[in-house]
This record gives sequence, C-alpha cells and structure tokens, in this order.
Amino acid sequence: MSSVYFNIGKYFLLMVNTFTKPEKRRIYPKLIVQEIDKIGLQSLGIVALLSLFMGAVVTLQTAANIDSGWIPRWTIGFTTRQTMILEFSSTIVCLILSGKVGGNIASEIGTMRITEQIDAMEIMGINSASYLILPKIVAALFIFPFMVILSMFIGISAGAFVGYTAGVTSLNDFEYGLQYSFELWQVSYSIIKSFFFAFIITSVSAYHGYFTHGGPREVGASSTRAVVYSMVLILIANYVLTQLLLL
Amino acid sequence: MIEVKNISKSFAGNTVLKNITTEFYPGKVNFIIGRSGSGKSVLTKCVVGLMEVDQGEIFFDKRNFTILDRWDRKDIRQEMGMLFQGSALFSSLTVEENILFPLQMFSTMSKSEMLDRVNVCLKRVNLEGKNHLYPSELSGGMQKRTGIARAIAMNPRYLFCDEPNSGLDPQTAIVIDNLIREITYEFNSTTVVISHDMNSVLETGDHINFIYQGELSWRGNKTEILHTENEALNNFVFPSKFMQQIREKLKS
Repeated sequence: MSSVYFNIGKYFLLMVNTFTKPEKRRIYPKLIVQEIDKIGLQSLGIVALLSLFMGAVVTLQTAANIDSGWIPRWTIGFTTRQTMILEFSSTIVCLILSGKVGGNIASEIGTMRITEQIDAMEIMGINSASYLILPKIVAALFIFPFMVILSMFIGISAGAFVGYTAGVTSLNDFEYGLQYSFELWQVSYSIIKSFFFAFIITSVSAYHGYFTHGGPREVGASSTRAVVYSMVLILIANYVLTQLLLL
Repeated sequence: MIEVKNISKSFAGNTVLKNITTEFYPGKVNFIIGRSGSGKSVLTKCVVGLMEVDQGEIFFDKRNFTILDRWDRKDIRQEMGMLFQGSALFSSLTVEENILFPLQMFSTMSKSEMLDRVNVCLKRVNLEGKNHLYPSELSGGMQKRTGIARAIAMNPRYLFCDEPNSGLDPQTAIVIDNLIREITYEFNSTTVVISHDMNSVLETGDHINFIYQGELSWRGNKTEILHTENEALNNFVFPSKFMQQIREKLKS
C-alpha cells in the first residue's frame, strides 16, 4: 500500500515540475504543433476506421434486435446516436488511443531515460519534465475533443449509410431518430470527458516513461504499465464523470 | 576548480561513496578511475547534481552547489558540458539540431550566430558538413565527437566525460582523448573524465583520482602512478604480467 502512496506522490511531484515555468516559452508552440501531429493527426486513421465500423455495427445490431412491431424504426438512429455520442466516441476511442498514444509516449520518454538523453537535458539546466511532457499534455487537450467530434460524425454517418443500404431503416427514420430528444449537453458531456481522458493518457504514460530504469525490457514494461494504468483510470474517471455530469 | 568535501552516498543502506574529498583543477584533465562498481559514476552524478549526496559539499569555484535548489543550480549547470558514455544525443534531432539545442534554450544569439557557432564546434571536432545527419547515421566515434561538440557549444567552464572511449577502437579512442585534452587546454576548462582505459589515463591524466570500494584510495598524476606502492591501484592499472613489464620499463 505504501508504494501506491509513494507513486501517487511521485506522480504529483512530476506534474508540479511539468507545469512550472518553462525555460524558453517561445520554443513550446513548435513542440506543441509537433505533438499535435504525433498524438492527433497520426491517430486519425485508426479513429476514423473504428468509428466507421462501430457506427455501422451498432446500426445493424439495433435493427437485428428490434423484433417487436411496437418499437419504431427510428429507434435505430436514436440508439446509434446515443451510443456514439455518449460512450463510443469519447470513452472507447480514448481507451483505444491510450494503447496507441500512451504506449508511444511511455516508450519514447522511457528510451530517452535509459539512453541518458533526459540526464543530458538536466545537466544543461533544462527542466526535462516540462520540456518533454507539457507539450504532449497541451497537444492532447487540444486535439482529443476534435477527434471525439470527428468520431461521432463518422460513426453516425456510417450508421445512416449502412442502415439505408442494408434496407433496415429509411434515411428519414434514421434522421428522425437522430433528432429525437436530442440534447446538446450530451455532446458537451462527451467533450468534457475527452479533456480528462487526454490528461490521464498523456500524464500517466509520461510518468511511467519518465521513471523507467534499466534497458529495453524495462521500456517495454513501462509501456505496458502506462497503457494498463491509463485504461483503468479512464474507466474510473468515466464512471465518476458520468455520475457528476449526467445524474 | 571543483572541490568535493567529505561526500557520502548510500542506496538502501549500501554505502557507495564514503567520505570522499578531492579537487578537480581548471585547465587540467582530471581522471576518476576505479573498478566497475567502485562508485566513480555515482561520484560524478553527485558532482553534476543528477544525484543528491547524503552528506558533504561540492563547490564550483567557491559556489556551494549542494545547498542550492533546482532553480539556483541552473546558472552553474549552464556552465557545464557533459559527454555521456552512450553519447546521449537526441535521436530525433540532426547533428546540427543537437548542437543548436543548448544554444536555443539559453543563448541570446541570433539564428545565424547560432548556426555559425554550430559550425565552429563541428569544425573543432572534425565533423564539418555532417550537419544534417541523424545520430543513427553516425559511427560510434562520430557520435562521441558530436557529443563533444554539443558539450562545448556553450563554452563550458566544467566539462564531464563519462567513459569517452568505451566501445571505440584504439585509434579512434586516441582521437577522442586528444580532442578532450586540446579542448581542456584551449578553454581552460575543469575537465573530469571517468575512464577504464589505462592508455587514456597514462596519456592524458594530469590529475588522477583512484576510487576503491567507495573510498578515494589514491591521488596523483600519470608519472606518480608508475611509482605508487598502492596495491589496489597497481592491480587495477597493471593487472597482467605484460602490463607489469611495461610498467618496469616505463619506470626505468
């Protein structure tokens, strides 16, 4: 148990170091843009692909499970919308990104640690935590909400397309379902969640990478731990945020 | 000058450094030698502030480094350059960007002045024209030389070299040794070299510190090392019969 408290303390101290005044602020915009590319733009493909197929499958699954004539066909559009907006585009996409982005961050910083690149920065008098971690956190906080919105759009569009082409719903029914009892707050809720998840993924993964000791095997272990801890924390945060924001 | 006064360091009850007191002189190549696990790397990491000492003090030209906090240490750290054992070049940056890095972070030079400085440093280590290569495209010796170029970019008063010859062939090792010596004399920097390479020690060791089981066992220069009666040092520097014969010849 004491090691849990020790690690939590170490994590918060690292965050304090990360958010202390950087050495040269004008270097950061360039670093943030690079990180937006690495964390966000290079993940667009996987987010789009997942959203496309999930939207299509949710539509078909809902259609397949409506076997009562009392349930209207627009329920398909309604269910697809609710699934994508409330959970898939924020939580599931972020869980998947924790594997891709989190693993990448932990292994990148972990490799820098074991090859003494971080020590080299420290000796130069550079706050390595701020230089390496802050741009990643800022970039993720900026780009994740856009990715979540994109995922919603692609998933719902794919659902409409597949529902129509498979003949399980008309576009009018689907559109009616999309608009039925729609609350903009649900999109906001999803975006708010994505901010928290972005912070969890980048900071937890950076923490595991930053305190890597040993060789390549330990970098792999750090990377795995980063993904596992990020996922667990995302699930816990998802529960807490849902309780706080929706109920 | 760097003064180390009574420093000790332990890890989980295991004492690695015991009450070490020594000096590293400006304009001289100061060596720290010792067997693997003797504590020489820990000593260097304590001196540069990568590790905190349990007790004792370290002075950089009369400035007590040990009592300073992270922010106050920054000024002294900007006067340090370090060549790491594995070079520690930033793998995502080119040779030019690696050397530019400390200049961009701390100097007030214009972009063109910085590029001029990079080219001066590259010329100094005989790596002209290699500006746009990545570390992975360089040989071990070239990586070390790039590391030296990065270390001298800010004209450091204190230069630390952690096993600069490890993994290099003897001829390249001599090139690196000569470079370190020339830079030390040229900039009058206080150079501290950790090494296992006895050829380097006997060739360039102006001032040698021998660490044995966490204690400073012997201090002297490359001439005195030939005449020492310190058994642990003799066993370390001249471990084979062949080396002992060389020693006798050198002494005579």
